Amino acid sequence: MYWNPKIECMPVEEMKQLQYEELKSLITKLYETNQFYHDRMESKGVKPEDIKCLEDISKLPFMFKQDLRDNYPTKMFTVPNNQIVRYHVSSGTTGKPTLVGYTENDLGYWTEALARSLTSAGVGPEDTLQVCYGYGLFTGGLGLHYGGEKVGATVLPASTGNSERQIELMMDLGVTAIACTPSYFIHLIDVAKKMGVDFRKDTKVRVAFLGAEPWSESMKKKIEDATGIETFDIYGTSEQAGPMFTDCECHNGIHIPSDIMYVEVIDPETEEVLAPGERGELVVTMLKKEAFPLVRYRIKDMTTILTDPCPCGRTSPRIARITGRADDMLIIRGINVFPSQIEYTLMQIPEVGDQYMIYVTREGALDNLKIQVEIKPDAFSDNMEDMLKLRHKIESALKKYLNIAVTVELKAPGELPRFEGKAKRVIDNRVI
Amino acid sequence: MSNIIKQLSIFVNNEPGRLAHISAVLKECGINMRAFNLAESTEFGILRTIVDNPDTAFEKLREKGIIVKKTDVIGVYLQDTPGALFQAADVLGKASINIEYGYAYTYKDKAIFFIRVDNPEKAVDVIGKAGIRLVSESEI
Repeated sequence: MYWNPKIECMPVEEMKQLQYEELKSLITKLYETNQFYHDRMESKGVKPEDIKCLEDISKLPFMFKQDLRDNYPTKMFTVPNNQIVRYHVSSGTTGKPTLVGYTENDLGYWTEALARSLTSAGVGPEDTLQVCYGYGLFTGGLGLHYGGEKVGATVLPASTGNSERQIELMMDLGVTAIACTPSYFIHLIDVAKKMGVDFRKDTKVRVAFLGAEPWSESMKKKIEDATGIETFDIYGTSEQAGPMFTDCECHNGIHIPSDIMYVEVIDPETEEVLAPGERGELVVTMLKKEAFPLVRYRIKDMTTILTDPCPCGRTSPRIARITGRADDMLIIRGINVFPSQIEYTLMQIPEVGDQYMIYVTREGALDNLKIQVEIKPDAFSDNMEDMLKLRHKIESALKKYLNIAVTVELKAPGELPRFEGKAKRVIDNRVI
Repeated sequence: MSNIIKQLSIFVNNEPGRLAHISAVLKECGINMRAFNLAESTEFGILRTIVDNPDTAFEKLREKGIIVKKTDVIGVYLQDTPGALFQAADVLGKASINIEYGYAYTYKDKAIFFIRVDNPEKAVDVIGKAGIRLVSESEI
């Protein structure tokens, strides 16, 4: 089943011509109308006329997360404000978040990408899709919501939390498809078990779209064995629009619709473009975005491009499961956390010393973030209540900034490890 | 003769061997603990101790990089009979003095209750007036 068979099964050469045309008009428009892109291209000595074929994209300069931060909130936008119909916000590395704006067409292509993905997983008008991604500034909830409605499914906007109720609704409404983070799904499996609910016997859930955080083949197998549900890996970040792409029923990589996004994989050190099958850093160019274009954006996810034909008949390239990050970003309960954010927050608190350690663990299905901080000698009080208040103050500041609950431990100066070379303050003990 | 006693409060990480480490430093510095108490949270504790020569001990511990603070407490002699603690606590309560924490030291027929209050001078005054004996600094 295809949502858009003409595009999805277009012969590769024909698609390349289409991509080239899209790229050329995008670059020309950006060079002429947007200061940032103009300057960036000038600094690399490249002009729109230098792009003579699709492969010439490698002549174009890269874009980085830092660029989005430097141009916060709307300096990156390439359309007037009256054409922006929605914002989403994701956490940035320090200080400023990343703001993404969408035109009506941008929302249209986001939804189109999801409609193709959901269809490729067999989801359609007969299905009821329970969306347990957060609704709000995060792209997960609203993205899947509109994607589900587009293919005619009945959408249950369950959002996150209240797991027992989620399972009751799942049974009562005959939910057939579910979308959430893999760790939350494992949590739901545990809760169901405690409630005496068997996914196989008591629910009609057939497929699950899991993503927004890294997960492995072994986790996939564990989930599928426990529930009998077929799982799909869903990929997409807020810069790209939101969650957009999934594997198809053949399960051999995430299909990347060529007309929407052009993918390259580079060696992060030499910045050379790598051949299909080689592992490196993903670089994306959004060919159709209007409000907030991305050209050769270093998204910092590590993967491999797969171009061997997929038995499903789609001609688009695929990317292998994301196997890591090219930077130090942590994904904790689906939320992006940069160690630099933690440091930034801690250094605003006068009682906190210079040393800290970050521990990530997984207890049951849920990620836990624990931060040990050395306090300054002057901050020590003989009164236990004052000390507990200080701990609470640090926890609240981190929670407010990172949007996730954090456990803080107070340590005496000199107790935490010192580093002579590159500091290794993050210990991620999760087994994924 | 002052009835206000300087207690040392020491920050201790709640990890195996940390109390042993602090005790070793106290020993190394020749500090004799007369009474002590340990308050703990999940990851850290506060060791409160009455030592002979608190000022010297304080400097020595600081030099060793230990987080230490001097805190004013008072020591109340309690008769080794039922109701003795009530009498002292009642006097403080009636004078609206709050006890933050306290710990006892007993030796043979002697019992001393070391307490941290929000207003040590006033506490010394009301306890004295009630005829209850206080430990003087020089007795430590």
